[in-house]
Amino acid sequence: MSAIVILVIVVVLAIIVIGMYNGLVRLRNQVQNAWAQIDVQLKRRHDLIPNLVETVKGYMKYEQETLEKVIKARGAAMTAQGVAATAQAENQLTSTLKSLFALVENYPDLKANQNMLQLQEELTTTENRIAFARQHFNDSVMTFNTALQTFPRNIIAGMFGFKASEFFAAAEAEREPVKVQF
Amino acid sequence: MPATGMYDLIRANKRNSWLLVMVLCLILAAVAGAGGAYFGGNDPLPSMLVFGMIGLGIAMIGGLTSYFMGAEMIMAVSRAHLADEADQRQLHNVLEELCIASGLPKPKLYIIEDNAPNAFACGRDPQHSAVAVTRGLMDKLSRNELQGVLAHELSHIQNYDILFATMIGILVGSIALLCDMLLRSMRWGVGGRRRSSDERSGGGQAQALLLVVALVLMILAPLFAQILQLAVSRQREYLADTSGAKMTRDPESLARALEKIAADPEPLAAANRGTQHLYIVNPLKGLSETQSWFATHPPLRERIARLRALT
Repeated sequence: MSAIVILVIVVVLAIIVIGMYNGLVRLRNQVQNAWAQIDVQLKRRHDLIPNLVETVKGYMKYEQETLEKVIKARGAAMTAQGVAATAQAENQLTSTLKSLFALVENYPDLKANQNMLQLQEELTTTENRIAFARQHFNDSVMTFNTALQTFPRNIIAGMFGFKASEFFAAAEAEREPVKVQF
Repeated sequence: MPATGMYDLIRANKRNSWLLVMVLCLILAAVAGAGGAYFGGNDPLPSMLVFGMIGLGIAMIGGLTSYFMGAEMIMAVSRAHLADEADQRQLHNVLEELCIASGLPKPKLYIIEDNAPNAFACGRDPQHSAVAVTRGLMDKLSRNELQGVLAHELSHIQNYDILFATMIGILVGSIALLCDMLLRSMRWGVGGRRRSSDERSGGGQAQALLLVVALVLMILAPLFAQILQLAVSRQREYLADTSGAKMTRDPESLARALEKIAADPEPLAAANRGTQHLYIVNPLKGLSETQSWFATHPPLRERIARLRALT
């Protein structure tokens, strides 16, 4: 009799553990998927930059330093490992690109260049996509981390070695979230 | 992030669309049945049933067509063509960014070759939706303003506002077309009847039938105008404005876009009674927007003020 009771308890416990484990895996996959979406856009930006430098070089004789900075920031962003380090390197790249585009304003010929206009549009859209994808990624991380750190899932997480994910930090000059009231 | 009460809104939009189709089926069946009874002679019941069934069939076919092909029909009526991916890079980019922000699939993107700045969305659900912008909108608005307008349209898609708006648009459009045709044929019919005096009895009967149909339409027209107003209740436009602003986190750009559209004097040639309620700003200029039966949109000044209050 008592053997049956013990068996039932063990089976129920096993089912609960399996359910929690699967839930955590699902949330972790969502985070990874959200990250993949950011990654696509980051790669896209890295691919655009050599083209940009090539276009700008002919016009900007005296701004080599700024161009060097962009190339260096791109290199650092491409080799960065992990979410936090990547976020930092990418934000650095964003700010060097900003100062480059500020300089472009001084070159009317370059500004009117068809190739340049296209590149500018592609970089703008890529940056917007990164911003929107980051929002989605951080939402997923928040859900995953909360599930991971609350009782009793934190026990399961400890047993199977789940680790909290890092947030993708935004650069300083970000659009503020809008407060909506209905 | 879904807006508060979004799911109630989606449910209401689906329910209203069903109701609309069912009411339409009943009305058409009843009108056709009455017609059948009138021409049925001594034994009106069989012809009433047959005509009633035919009316019901026509209504059902109409409902199914506008459900499955509504977006294409409205785009054709609005003289819109698909936007080329390579030529319209920026427009496609802006829409794709917003799809990332909202998690919606990318709608089909159309362009209307007209200088009046305006835009609308239609379709039956987010998977089968379409957005149209005018050439004037692309020329006159900045990139961020364009993004605000498209975010407003995507909010309509997300809330299923497009479903009801599309169905009612095709219905009102068909009725308006029918009314125009009828009016024209009656005007010509007066001249034509004199010549064919030997067919007087047949012509007289057809004339009477036309008169009855015209009468029914005249009675129904204000009713549909009322429904049209419901389709674009102020609440829905405000909601699409705010959720659009929430999507882009930039209410100021949408406010500026609305200002520019409001200040533009050009009317939109391809807009008509059946499609006016779809647009972000009512394209039929000359109607003062605060009053009247035809005020399908809330006053722009109020919409802009509400957007500015968000920042």
